[in-house]
Amino acid sequence: MTKSILLVGVGGQGTILASKILTLGLMEAGYDVKMSEIHGMSQRGGSVSSQVRYGDEVYSPVIEKGTADIIVSFEKMEALRALDYLKEGGVLVVNNEQIDSMSVITGQEEYPDDVLDIIEAHAKATVINATELARDLGNEKAANIILLGTIIKSMGLEQIDWESILRANIKPQFVDLNLKAIKVGMEAV
Amino acid sequence: MKKLMTGDEAIARGAYEAGVRFASAYPGTPSTEILENIATYDEITAEWAPNEKVAMESAIGAAIGGVRSIVSMKHVGVNVAADPLFTWAYMGVNAGNVIVTADEPGMYSSQNEQDNRNYARSAKLAMLEPSNSQECLDMVKAAYELGEKYDTPFMIRMTTRVCHSKSVVEIHDRVEVPIKNWEKNPAKYVCLPANARPMRVKLEERLKTLAEYSETSPFNRVEMGDTSVGVIASGICYYYAKEVWGDKASYLKLGFTNPLPAKLIKDFCSKVDKVYILEENDPYIEDFVKMIGCECIGKDIFPKWGEMTPDVVREAVGGEKPKMIEFDHSKLINRAPTFCAGCPHRGLFYRLGKRKDIMISGDIGCYTLAAGAPYKAMDSTVCMGASISLGHGAQKAFNMGDTGRRVVTVLGDSTFFHTGVNSLINTVYNNSNTINIILDNRITGMTGHQQNPGTGFNAKGEPANMIILEDLVKAIGIKHVFVINPNNLKEVDEAIDKCLAIKDEPSVIITRWPCVLKKFSQADLDEFDNLFKTKNKIDPDKCIGCKACLKTGCPALNYDKVNKKVHINRAQCVGCDVCTQVCKKDAISKED
Repeated sequence: MTKSILLVGVGGQGTILASKILTLGLMEAGYDVKMSEIHGMSQRGGSVSSQVRYGDEVYSPVIEKGTADIIVSFEKMEALRALDYLKEGGVLVVNNEQIDSMSVITGQEEYPDDVLDIIEAHAKATVINATELARDLGNEKAANIILLGTIIKSMGLEQIDWESILRANIKPQFVDLNLKAIKVGMEAV
Repeated sequence: MKKLMTGDEAIARGAYEAGVRFASAYPGTPSTEILENIATYDEITAEWAPNEKVAMESAIGAAIGGVRSIVSMKHVGVNVAADPLFTWAYMGVNAGNVIVTADEPGMYSSQNEQDNRNYARSAKLAMLEPSNSQECLDMVKAAYELGEKYDTPFMIRMTTRVCHSKSVVEIHDRVEVPIKNWEKNPAKYVCLPANARPMRVKLEERLKTLAEYSETSPFNRVEMGDTSVGVIASGICYYYAKEVWGDKASYLKLGFTNPLPAKLIKDFCSKVDKVYILEENDPYIEDFVKMIGCECIGKDIFPKWGEMTPDVVREAVGGEKPKMIEFDHSKLINRAPTFCAGCPHRGLFYRLGKRKDIMISGDIGCYTLAAGAPYKAMDSTVCMGASISLGHGAQKAFNMGDTGRRVVTVLGDSTFFHTGVNSLINTVYNNSNTINIILDNRITGMTGHQQNPGTGFNAKGEPANMIILEDLVKAIGIKHVFVINPNNLKEVDEAIDKCLAIKDEPSVIITRWPCVLKKFSQADLDEFDNLFKTKNKIDPDKCIGCKACLKTGCPALNYDKVNKKVHINRAQCVGCDVCTQVCKKDAISKED
């Protein structure tokens, strides 16, 4: 049975690194994996998503609406935007972070105060403060790996050797920080 | 060994394994990473060309010269390279040559969504369409073997989802291929009419041979299952079909798609109750299937535009759709991409957008974002390099009336080298009076920082000859050239004023400041002071909440509704000082 993981956020938030580590772990675990993302320098500041699918044999790299087993959103408005991708009973993790878009900054639109309420009226969501948790670890940039930790726990992927995946793919001085970040994320859900 | 690779990475790997020795490209989403990855292999000479036509011709030359070559580009790049492409098909190869076109159904980063399979049919080229990364690798390797056997260049047609999706690939070692001998052979390589006529006949003969091969190609395969539905699909659409029908259908998966296998298709159609054709954009396969007399369902129910993702397919065939959460979409805020904090385009467009009675002729790059709020500083965008030449034509039209309206053209450094330089020659030669702004951010920005002829480095990151923009435009014949720092609004205003005052001659403004995301070279650090090293702060006692600074469209600025003051996001600010110059209350200054 193919599983679908959707990571959404704002360009520059680190969704790509998180999904890269995730897919490498899944491949090491012996799954067939496909990942799709729309990226490019000109996406900076725009909505971004990484779609990860794994199982015995994965066909489409694209997740259909209403079928995501888990959505992890790095920003709360982006969680709302992605809400119709969640399957019935799927897991929703929302980083309680607000990033104003240009239309908000220039006053054409207002960022609604009740985004989390709207989300929670439709789906059971785990809201975490990944940025704050990362700051407690000593580096705000580890927020994306904390969010990866929430996926690992929620999808039951704890048995994968994440430490060696991290060692092979990030700078040595950041390995310990990121291992801690995964743990913090796992404990947050 | 197994690796997770994007389609682009797998194409590069396939070229490496196939013994390719020469690669050329011009960057363009979603094809850029092909050459970026090829450049990491020491065995391959990898080059960024100024444009796709040059890249194609270089790769043709390398193949004629005796080494396997590859050229890659986005779909619209093939329009630029179409001139050599059509004649190259006549000539045939010496060593193999692969042309990769990366099409964009859905137009994520493109100005149109043309279906380049039509190029293969029209130019009579052999074509392959991969559906995942493994096929990208396998097909590139096969293209060299088959191309040398049948004496034809190969087109490989990818789409965004194939280019940018990762899947598992089995990789192997490189096989070195000896350099082939080059011999004088004008009958093959000199396409003057007397030689081209017999080549034209040969081209049709070659197509017949390739059509026979297509019937038995391992890339065209039948998977029989439930015969109530038969699906013919190519590229990523094959996987979309499997997602929708699973084992409830039979499939004809087409990978060798020019020429198409008529007998195989007829045979498949005769074994199933009804046939769906799944393909993105044009009815390329469908037209052929109908032409050979088979009934099928295609674009009469499936859209001709956008991606044919499983939800689109289900919608069209009336299949069961997954249940999804319904919510009030009016609460969603728009989140379009923006200029980064510190983007050197900001200062220029903030000021240029305030000018009245000018037409701003734009081009393809990050700066196309200036068309949107808050700048609204772009009135046309067509294709690479068009800003200068389209602007020239518009200026000629305005000059025929009595509005006195002036045209300002804007394009990036890489876009100028691409085809803008030809257009500027036209502007000088045909006695125009446009104002032409080259946004020299010292790199090819939008596609993710590729070197170009103006940066001083080549595709491998080695030092290269650097073309100096101001010398080049002066050599073309531009007499009025101004090099400015676009973050300095006074310099921007003065340069525009001076150029507008020159009524009957063309001028060039070069805005020279590096892209904020660039990995700076030593030359950058030497030339530009305090390169994004400072941060700015707001004095809340001085800020009156007038929001003037917000109109610069900087994502590092926020309006605090409670305190009615503007706030600077420290993590984002890089101290470009555009906002500082806009503030009338001197509320913005450097952090200590």
